[in-house]
Amino acid sequence: MTAQPSTMPIAHALNAGLRDAMESDDKVMLLGEDIGQLGGVFRVTDGLQKGFGDLRVVDAPLGEAGIVGSAIGLAMAGYRPVCEIQFDGFVFPAMNQITTQLAKYRHRSDGKISLPVVIRIPVGGGIGAIEHHSESPEAYFAHTAGLKVVTPSSPQEAYDMIRAAVRCDDPVIFLEPKRNYWLKGEVDLSRIPGPLEKASIVRPGEDLTLVAYGALLPVARKVADVCAEEGRNVEVIDLRSLSPIDDETILRSVERTGRLVVAHEASRSVGLGSEIASRVQDAIFHSLEAPVIRVTGYDTPYPASRLEEEWLPGLDRILDAIDRSFSY
Amino acid sequence: MTSQPLSLLTQDGTYQSQMALPLDPGSIDCAQLLRDMIMTRRVDSEAIALQRQGELGLWPSLLGQEAAQVGAAASLFPRDVVFPTYREHGVAWCRGVDPVNLLGLFRGTTMGGWDPTENNFNLYTLVIGAQTLHAVGYAMGIVRDGDVGTGDPERDRAVLVFLGDGALSEGETNEAFVWAAAQNLPVVFFCQNNQWAISAPYSVQSRVAVAQRAQGFGFKGIRVDGNDVLACLSATREAMAAARSGNGPTLIEAFTYRRNPHTTSDDDGRYRSGAENDVWESLDPIERLKNYLVGSNKIDQDFLSKVGAEEQELAEKLRAGCRALPNPAPDHPFRNTYAEMPKELEDQMIEHLSFVETGA
Repeated sequence: MTAQPSTMPIAHALNAGLRDAMESDDKVMLLGEDIGQLGGVFRVTDGLQKGFGDLRVVDAPLGEAGIVGSAIGLAMAGYRPVCEIQFDGFVFPAMNQITTQLAKYRHRSDGKISLPVVIRIPVGGGIGAIEHHSESPEAYFAHTAGLKVVTPSSPQEAYDMIRAAVRCDDPVIFLEPKRNYWLKGEVDLSRIPGPLEKASIVRPGEDLTLVAYGALLPVARKVADVCAEEGRNVEVIDLRSLSPIDDETILRSVERTGRLVVAHEASRSVGLGSEIASRVQDAIFHSLEAPVIRVTGYDTPYPASRLEEEWLPGLDRILDAIDRSFSY
Repeated sequence: MTSQPLSLLTQDGTYQSQMALPLDPGSIDCAQLLRDMIMTRRVDSEAIALQRQGELGLWPSLLGQEAAQVGAAASLFPRDVVFPTYREHGVAWCRGVDPVNLLGLFRGTTMGGWDPTENNFNLYTLVIGAQTLHAVGYAMGIVRDGDVGTGDPERDRAVLVFLGDGALSEGETNEAFVWAAAQNLPVVFFCQNNQWAISAPYSVQSRVAVAQRAQGFGFKGIRVDGNDVLACLSATREAMAAARSGNGPTLIEAFTYRRNPHTTSDDDGRYRSGAENDVWESLDPIERLKNYLVGSNKIDQDFLSKVGAEEQELAEKLRAGCRALPNPAPDHPFRNTYAEMPKELEDQMIEHLSFVETGA
């Protein structure tokens, strides 16, 4: 560990976080497809099998239910497994284990048994991929009681949040914004990770609140820069935790700004944006100067990649939503 | 194509040794096996009666499967770990789970009912086949703990997971076989082939016998007479010993018959004949062991009377215990969903408790 911040991409920050977690707790194990010698298709686990051996970094047979199901058994045996699902679209074969088993076991055991399993999933589009490689499945998990769902947006957050997720006694779905795996930033490797479930105000402002998460955070920052040139001070909130949602940070912000735009790549209906809009109108209806606007992917399957640039919420669509909020 | 299931006891109680089923019957407390089977059957019949009286919402009966369960369970050390389906009342009994606690899930007072770590007997699993993967993961943990193949009889341990014939069609079961074989894990798959997955006969699941399926995955499969408690005990004991010593998994097929409907909600008259049931009733596993023990003077009428009195006591305890099972507190689901309750959930709990208390 060094006190000097170093610059690294998100993929390396995750690698460093996993390495730290494994060094500090012998019970931490990694399971996934191609995570050993290959280091994962995104190289997040690069070198970890070499460092910790193949009993702790397990190259799994090709079976996602097997990965999550055996992680449950390992957790019952006292281990802290971290699963890697190779791509967002491949998590669905494991959905039974996640929703009927992993999420419910604490409740079924009257709180006696914790299943501290982390499931890492690269998510989101914008990389020109073929089908099933660009999806945003967060709402399925956020809708499931018993799971925590989090997503980092920067190398520092990635380093902090993966360590906190491994330490968490509840199952954590850990969504990694794959198009930003190679986005660099400063990482303070001596930082103690804060609470997983807190949102963070990454740019203060008083005219409008913009909530985003994961891969859309860099876009949201750009949006705020453009708005600043036009004299509008946008407050940008990195949601970080999609379940539970940190209402307080959002509500206190919107009380000040009176306007809220929520952006995510996932489809619009019954998504995180809808939930946040509902909570805000429920709690602080009279603070709102304009309706809450959602800027999202559409209620279609993820499109062929030649269409994704316009389909995804980008700078222009979010700026347009902000204009609509101000002109209400 | 399908071999006859291996057995040690004929229905009239004659013991016939088998190369593939090593056992010294003199070393086995057969009277205890009989007692466990009788008590198990009583748990089952009392639970059915309680369901008929409206005390339970549902009950999955194990009638006819007592030998398979008691035989398999008798092979275990306390440190071995069991993953059941939802019909392993006999295994639960042998593991020392209070049978009153088996009723809670079906009465609606709990989603579990016992502490899985207390008797190394996990909670019932209702989603077919899901537990096979938990068993595989637990076995991976045993390997990492270094508790396999040490040769120390106090240390080596293994996992016994139960499944039914229907579970063989589930993808997760097949993944479990792949993992167990590839990693040579200390796990034994004990399949009670009771021939019916609700209304689906085994012919809907597969064209080969259960035990044959293991070969394709690369481990041993053995087919035993599931109504022969000694055959089930021998096969499971051999398989568990192999697993503990590092020789990997085994699939045991205990060929038997579910003599009652799938659950108390099922109507098996719609899909199978009573004649089939009559055949299997004539192969009753308790009668078979009793014939052997009485015929060889290993038990007498005194023993049977004593077990009868115990049974009666158990029945009374079950009836009273069932009615006394406490309802969970209204905040139970809220408090046991997460290790630390999220603020939103706490708000919902307060709202709910206020509604429960005041109706508003």
